[in-house]
Amino acid sequence: MTDTLVAFDDVLASYDPALGLEVHVELNTNTKMFCGCPAVFGGEPNTQVCPTCLGLPGAMPVVNAKAIESAIRIGLALNCEIAEWCRFARKNYFYPDMPKNFQTSQYDEPIAFEGFMDVDVDGETFRVEIERAHMEEDTGKSLHVGGATGRIHGADHSLVDYNRAGIPLIEIVTKPITGAGEKAPAVARAYVSQLRDLIVALGVSEARMDQGNLRADVNLSLAPKGAGTLGTRTETKNVNSFRSVERAVRYEMQRHAGILDDGGSILQETRHWHEDTGITTSGREKSDAEDYRYFPEPDLVPVAPSREWVEELRGTLPENPLLKRARLQADWGYTDLEMRDVIAAGVVGLIEETVAAGASPQAARKWWLSELGRRANDAGVDITELGVSPAQVAAVQALVDAGTVNDKLARQVFDGLIAGEGTPEEIVAARGLAVVSDDGALGAAVDAAIAANPDVADKIRDGKVAAAGALIGAVMKEMKGQADAGRVRELILEKLQ
Amino acid sequence: MSGWIRKTASEMADALAAGEVTSVELTQAHLDRIAAVDTPTDRRGVHAFLHVDAEGALAQAAESDARRSAGSPLSALDGVPIAVKDVLATEGLPTTCGSKILEGWIPPYDATVVARLKAAGLPILGKTNMDEFAMGSSTEHSAYGATHNPWDLDRIPGGSGGGSAAAVAAFEAPLAIGTDTGGSIRQPGAVTGTVGVKPTYGGVSRYGLVALANSLDQAGPVTRTVLDSALLHEVIGGHDPMDSTSIDQPLPDLVAAAKQGAAGDLSGVRVGVIKELSGDGWQPGVITRFQESVDLLVKAGAEVVEVSCPHFVHAMAAYYLILPAEASSNLAKFDAMRYGLRVWPEGKPDASAEEVMRATRDAGFGDEVKRRIILGTYALSSGYYDAYYGQAQKVRTLISRDFEAAFEQADVLVSPTAPTTAFKLGEKLDDPIAMYLNDLATIPANLAGVPGISVPSGLAEEDGLPAGFQILAPALADDRCYRVGAALEAALLEQWGGPLLDQAPALNGADA
Repeated sequence: MTDTLVAFDDVLASYDPALGLEVHVELNTNTKMFCGCPAVFGGEPNTQVCPTCLGLPGAMPVVNAKAIESAIRIGLALNCEIAEWCRFARKNYFYPDMPKNFQTSQYDEPIAFEGFMDVDVDGETFRVEIERAHMEEDTGKSLHVGGATGRIHGADHSLVDYNRAGIPLIEIVTKPITGAGEKAPAVARAYVSQLRDLIVALGVSEARMDQGNLRADVNLSLAPKGAGTLGTRTETKNVNSFRSVERAVRYEMQRHAGILDDGGSILQETRHWHEDTGITTSGREKSDAEDYRYFPEPDLVPVAPSREWVEELRGTLPENPLLKRARLQADWGYTDLEMRDVIAAGVVGLIEETVAAGASPQAARKWWLSELGRRANDAGVDITELGVSPAQVAAVQALVDAGTVNDKLARQVFDGLIAGEGTPEEIVAARGLAVVSDDGALGAAVDAAIAANPDVADKIRDGKVAAAGALIGAVMKEMKGQADAGRVRELILEKLQ
Repeated sequence: MSGWIRKTASEMADALAAGEVTSVELTQAHLDRIAAVDTPTDRRGVHAFLHVDAEGALAQAAESDARRSAGSPLSALDGVPIAVKDVLATEGLPTTCGSKILEGWIPPYDATVVARLKAAGLPILGKTNMDEFAMGSSTEHSAYGATHNPWDLDRIPGGSGGGSAAAVAAFEAPLAIGTDTGGSIRQPGAVTGTVGVKPTYGGVSRYGLVALANSLDQAGPVTRTVLDSALLHEVIGGHDPMDSTSIDQPLPDLVAAAKQGAAGDLSGVRVGVIKELSGDGWQPGVITRFQESVDLLVKAGAEVVEVSCPHFVHAMAAYYLILPAEASSNLAKFDAMRYGLRVWPEGKPDASAEEVMRATRDAGFGDEVKRRIILGTYALSSGYYDAYYGQAQKVRTLISRDFEAAFEQADVLVSPTAPTTAFKLGEKLDDPIAMYLNDLATIPANLAGVPGISVPSGLAEEDGLPAGFQILAPALADDRCYRVGAALEAALLEQWGGPLLDQAPALNGADA
């Protein structure tokens, strides 16, 4: 069954969208939420486990203090109130990747609540209200074997890896975001992107969406235009890039409108996002039948952070993202237009890291915005998933600055980086990309060009310097592009003047 | 050698220290006793043990003897053997919780209590029988068959820790570990004529104790004397960073309190008799022994006052909401995915994980466990939570306030431990409510987290079976239970002219 999609502008003519975002942030604590097992990505299956995170009979949880600290810092950075006293609760449901068949989470007593984040969309500030940020543990990971799709349907058996079970998560839940209208998809993207910048600035998570450190669930509903009500929502799970967040919101708006226009009603359900086709499909139904039977976790004592500690943590917060952007614009000397472009492209953090790694602001902007932005767009992936890091961009620029490669060759270095061929230096060596800076070799090529083009040489001798271009072209051709054109020009002029 | 088994643990410890006996000899004597009376093939046995680890116990005993020879025993009880309720995880030893669903599971780790026993040098004889997942007051709900009361093998030994109490009463072990969620240490102690202690909640680590109801469970000593309980309590008690609910405070000096009490002077101690825990429905012989015991405390110098705990009447109802609620969630982990029993649904070779979970839980859990899972699931359901679980928690607060008020008038509170002596096997099996009523007097302490001890108060006249005397103290004041308990024990021993268990019948010719 294919869904009927309504054109985006037509959706907005009839409906007001309401957004809700639930973002799971995997913390980068050394150990898991409730035990001493290492909380690191990767590792042979079921090697980072103990009686507690395996849910063995009798084992008990102990709260990771560092995770509480990270949760409080996230809450403070989101302008939340921090609970003076809160508890963990058990969320009861059966699933093989949940060792205890309940998830230790927080329910009606979150560690942080009632906050907001100001989000910048095309130069306009949009306030997203935060309902809560709460702590919970991650589940294990199921691997469905034998099917064509890797999904549970069609698989002949499943394997479970509990290494991830018990890794600390913070779930950040917004209040319904209304009034965004046509900007709803952009607001959703900007919120997740800015939230990621904040998490990175806090240093509490690797916050890599491609590795699942940051996972977004997108809730969307439509209400008749101007009604001021909230419609029935769907929850699209695990949307794993900024770009996908925007696409998923747009898609669900169009799909909801198709159903509503036909006089149908929206089923409250979980949807799966398909990155490849850009559509959502129905997941398990989330209805009243799902009753998690929450109750306070009796194996843990309440968390009661002292006000002194909370204030101490407030002192460790990074600067406000919007103020920071203004500062960065001034530091970088970008025009308003340049700054807006880099914000829209979601590369502020990348540029910042690239500059920190030694590149000039203009060079960093050039690479991220034009070269890498274009490549991400062509590949249909988020720019963070290209496989090029800020440090690598800075390293490439350093090679340009040193005259080792020129801009054209640098693009080939990026080809190599994306193909995973090693460091920029290794790629330059392996692909033979270095410009010839040896004056002897260059000099020979210049001499040959002069000999082959006596007419042009004469013009230059007569002072017609502009004619040098033809000789430079000849030399560059001879050097297969691996020469610094500026140096070639210098050598030609030296020899002919 | 068999004379040794009738000694108290502290006498055994003294004999070991004096070089009069070795740990291997003591351990072997108990293993012989177990072989003789526990599960004989030709007649009914006590059936206190689910698993006996003769090899392991003797090896630990040999190590203890070696330490002793080297002059470096680990503790006062180094070398004295012990039995452990099968609800505590023991590395390398089966741990079933009396349930089929854990059949064959060998824990890869030790419960903190077990680790402390090992660190103190006590050889572990084996694992004792219990009602399945500690749900019951008779040990009849064990999936591996009931334990029988050494006083009368046709009667129940109490529960859920009937195995530990019966093992100690039958001289199969001088010491045992029990766990008490609503009376599972104290009520078996009462009906077998032994001593049982439920420490202050958080006083003994629950790490590795397979939870029945986390907010109520507490492990504690099962022994034949008050002093032995104090010695054992000091080995297993104290803060454990692996249990967040464990109290980070030093234990009071329990052995000193027991010795002080045994000296017989209770002057200045105010004893509160709980009005609500006697009267209609209480066996007259139990009440008689209780009152005589109160008189003995007065004789020792205590001042007796009557106190009222008006909300205790609601304790049973609150308990049977909180316990099943927590248990329903705790028992969810038994799903055939990672350990224990796995049952494939019949005729379904391609069954899904969910179908395997369902078939396993259907086959692996007994009726009482299923009953409580259903009760608890219902009590936590959305729309019912406030009316049931929420309301029960409020009752719990009121019961705690009853205790606070009562402890303003008295240093300790007393009652009979259980309303009756041991009933016949099968007698209450079809009447869960009648079974639940056994724990009427013991449940309030679990709801409030306060410590309690049960000491034998004599034999009820009408059936010649043991009755128990319960002493409750404020949280963290476990020492008061020991002081008053030891004083009563000393007075009664004088009256009886020796231990009450000397009056128990011989176990079908097996007694030496």
